[in-house]
Amino acid sequence: MTCLLQVKDLNVSVGDKQILKGVNLCIKPGEVHVVMGPNGAGKSTLANAIMAHPKYEVKGGSIEYKGEDISELSADERARKGIFLSFQTPIEVPGITVEEFLRSTKAQVSDEKLSVLKFRKSLKPILEELKLDESYLDRYLNVGFSGGEKKKTEILQMKVLDPDFVMLDEADSGLDVDAVRIVSEGVSKFLTEQKSCLIITHHSEILSSITPDFVHVIIDGKIVKEGDASLGQRIQKDGFEWIRQELGLKEPVAEEE
Amino acid sequence: MISRNNTATTLSTEELQAKLEQRKAARKAFRAERARLREKRKAERTEVVEMRRGVYDNKNKFEYSLKLENGLSEEIVREISESKGEPEWMLNKRLEALEIFNKTPNPTWGPDLSAVDMNQISTYIRPKAQLESDWNSVPDNIRDTFNQLGIPEAELEMLSGVGAQYDSEVVYHNLKQRFKDMGVVYTDFDTAVREYPEIVQKYYGKCINPAMHRYAALHYAVWSGGSFVYVPKDVYVDIPLQSYFRLNAPGAGQFEHTLIILEEGADAHFIEGCSAPKYNTLNLHAGAVELFVSKNAHLRYSTIENWSRNMYNLNTKRAMVDEDGKIEWVSGSFGSAVSMLYPSSILRGEGASSEFTGITFAGQDQYLDTGAQVMHYAPNTYSSINSKSISKSNGIAIYRGLVDVGVNAHGSKSTVSCESLMLDNESRSDTIPTIRIQNDDVDLGHEAKIGRIDETAIFYLMSRGIPEEEAKAMIVRGFAEPIAKELPMEYAVEMNNLITLELKGAIG
Repeated sequence: MTCLLQVKDLNVSVGDKQILKGVNLCIKPGEVHVVMGPNGAGKSTLANAIMAHPKYEVKGGSIEYKGEDISELSADERARKGIFLSFQTPIEVPGITVEEFLRSTKAQVSDEKLSVLKFRKSLKPILEELKLDESYLDRYLNVGFSGGEKKKTEILQMKVLDPDFVMLDEADSGLDVDAVRIVSEGVSKFLTEQKSCLIITHHSEILSSITPDFVHVIIDGKIVKEGDASLGQRIQKDGFEWIRQELGLKEPVAEEE
Repeated sequence: MISRNNTATTLSTEELQAKLEQRKAARKAFRAERARLREKRKAERTEVVEMRRGVYDNKNKFEYSLKLENGLSEEIVREISESKGEPEWMLNKRLEALEIFNKTPNPTWGPDLSAVDMNQISTYIRPKAQLESDWNSVPDNIRDTFNQLGIPEAELEMLSGVGAQYDSEVVYHNLKQRFKDMGVVYTDFDTAVREYPEIVQKYYGKCINPAMHRYAALHYAVWSGGSFVYVPKDVYVDIPLQSYFRLNAPGAGQFEHTLIILEEGADAHFIEGCSAPKYNTLNLHAGAVELFVSKNAHLRYSTIENWSRNMYNLNTKRAMVDEDGKIEWVSGSFGSAVSMLYPSSILRGEGASSEFTGITFAGQDQYLDTGAQVMHYAPNTYSSINSKSISKSNGIAIYRGLVDVGVNAHGSKSTVSCESLMLDNESRSDTIPTIRIQNDDVDLGHEAKIGRIDETAIFYLMSRGIPEEEAKAMIVRGFAEPIAKELPMEYAVEMNNLITLELKGAIG
């Protein structure tokens, strides 16, 4: 089977600073991949580069999606092809309600035309599943939301847009146990044989309800170790230090992602 | 109770035709000269890049029954007064104001006004149409313009009195019968001067003094058209009173006078909308809005102004608020080359309050110097100012505000919030809030936020499939939403359309 998403020798810089130093990745339809790594290793950079964040400059390598080189496409074009990124820190957008926003985005990614009422009705089961009150639809996007509400709203957007390939950047960070469970369940229900997923996390709460097919460890901008779900469990237990020792990597200076 | 004399006392068509004949030859020569001058100026001046503003830029064929010489002299002022058949006292007010105008220089602060040349501005233009009470008898070309601006829809939707100003005269006026029955007067200001002289004389010029500044003086010398609203005691006007102003003549200034009086316990909402087509000659707008809010009365005054890019908008708006009265300003300033607009509220009765919500959009080559002023001159008064500005290209958006708390205004409270959004690195924004406090017992809050449009927010929206320009537009519309939601639906839609048009200018 060919890759749904293929990243080849990806080099990414932010300003003058090189973050990713030759990353290779192949995600096939239906696969769940997890990228783990210490803070500052380049995990979020990978996701943002795949989504075409203008701040993350691709200096070398390529990104292919469904067999097409998408390296030159803008974020909205990539989104319309079915790529989705759940943000680590969702942005507050004052003045735009969640419902308005969902409706405009849905109109961009699909040809389906839904009346206002039908659209609102279609949101109800998703809201219930995520334990979000219907009143959230009338609130401004992420404005004044708690960490958990923001992450749930990301999952809500994901379900409405129905992408083929989703990236979850720290979807479970900063959440209480219940919220982690709701978000994880929401994601795992969404993932079917056709959907592929790249989960970015520096710990692995989310992995208790989603079993990955592959686990990649990024340290200092490179994928240094790959394995199956058991690698994730080992990291959950022992952290990253043993990998550094095993590979003879030195302790990096703390960097901002 | 006010009674209304229904017989029209404007000059008859025959009289106007006679005047027209007399002036025909002179006007022809004058026009040729002006055209020559315009060409000359055009050649000398760097062309201002105009954006497409859709229906707002449509201009109708120039066709007027009377147009005075450009420039300003005592003769012109007398002529204006005479053609309106004004009483002596009004002529005297005009002449006094002219004297003040001639002595008063341009302000030394704010935008440069040296390009405002009175010799280029004709101060009085009367449309061919006489005052109409029936929509069907309004001339076709004028009706077309209003059609494009959505006036008939408003009418169809049973919105109340629509007084629309076409250049300097009100051509269309309609007031619902039940308002008449309530004793509410809503008419053009020229008619008010003739038909309600006692009221007009009592209030006219008492809120805004010609000596306030040069363009207030100019206004009082040459005013023409405008609206007059009188709401008797305890009358609640439950449908907004609307007026659509529109400038349509090259080189013409607009000096409409608005006078609104709410008696004790009355309640009304007045909506003023302005848009103008573009022209390359200098244009000046110097209107005056005088609002009187009596004890326990409540007035909301909403404006969406959308001037062509060569307009100097030097408007003066002021409200006097009595005991426990309340004025609410909702203000959207778009277009113009230069705007200086600071609606002010004088809280002169105990417990009086003022709320100001305003938005300003400064695009390329625009200098919008706007804000609000509140004078707390009585105890336990309250005010809030919520101002937002957007600037793009090399546009300049300045918030200039004043909160003045007098010696006897103890127990008063004021909050000011200014937010500026700059869409690129070329635009400029600044806040100049002045606060004067003359007693210890006041509660004052001030908050200012200036920022550029957030790249990450744009990316966030784009990552959901929204193209970049639409993402920016969404963020800007969201920024303006607190203002939009204060407006009636049709005006909110218009404002959002304006924002989208303004943003599109950035691409083209």
